[in-house]
Amino acid sequence: MAIVDLANPSRFLKFANRVIPWLGGLTVVAFAFAINQAMLAPDDYQQGATVKIMFLHVPGAWLGMLGWGVMTVAALGTLVWRHPLADATAKAAAPIGAAFTLMCLVTGSLWGRPMWGTYWVWDARLTSVLLLFLLYLGVIALWRTVEDPSRAARAAAILTLVGAIDLPIIKFSVDWWNTLHQPASIMRLGAPTIDRSILIPLFVTVVAFTLAFATLLLAATRNEILRRRVRTLRLMQASAAS
Amino acid sequence: MEGASHIDFIVAAYAVGGAVVGGLTAWVMLDYRAQLRNLADLEKRGVTRRSAPARGEAVMQQAKEEA
Repeated sequence: MAIVDLANPSRFLKFANRVIPWLGGLTVVAFAFAINQAMLAPDDYQQGATVKIMFLHVPGAWLGMLGWGVMTVAALGTLVWRHPLADATAKAAAPIGAAFTLMCLVTGSLWGRPMWGTYWVWDARLTSVLLLFLLYLGVIALWRTVEDPSRAARAAAILTLVGAIDLPIIKFSVDWWNTLHQPASIMRLGAPTIDRSILIPLFVTVVAFTLAFATLLLAATRNEILRRRVRTLRLMQASAAS
Repeated sequence: MEGASHIDFIVAAYAVGGAVVGGLTAWVMLDYRAQLRNLADLEKRGVTRRSAPARGEAVMQQAKEEA
């Protein structure tokens, strides 16, 4: 099956029904391995065992940004090609991205309290991630308030494209401003600054969470297509009755 | 810095991670069941995606017979 064929909602549903159980199973195996790796990872020489919070905080940050990235691509699909699958994907990605952004914020706070002595500071990195979370809530609210799905999709797509400006701000905030948050330690010019004994478990947890994100996104998009079918059928039923 | 003294922060962080993944999984699964139930309910009442053209054809057939 070509990728383009998946743009047809019926074919997407068939594809999703076939792939979701396998992807879900793979996610469970990946999580089992990731938990094992996280437990076996050594304590940091400065931070002690609190470094293990990184195995949740970093995937949360990555998936919060990936979620908005997916929505940005889908927004282009909505505005340029007016494709219903793009709308469904964008709508499905919003709560998932919001949940992972919230996980990033909360685990970051729980890591910050013992390491920095505070749960929160208004530095550029923390504030720009909080802004991303608020943008997610704005998009979710838009989808819920505008009843017509195609109108809601266009409004949400515009907000998504505007909000995409926040992604490079989050990434480079630690370089552009003086922040309490540490500078980039993995995705940077030059080698990562994290020791291999912690970097490998981190990589494994990121892969496990990314698989979970893919499974959840696929399943939520399938739900959204089914929801639209239900809506169409109810409208048909109502028009037949009147 | 002793990691053991911050065990409550670590446990809380992992609880949040578990709640996020578990919550999203439950939401997606329950929503899927709800949509399937809605579709089955509509189908039981004779409202299906194929029913619209079928009804249309039936109406056309009836109109032809009357003519």
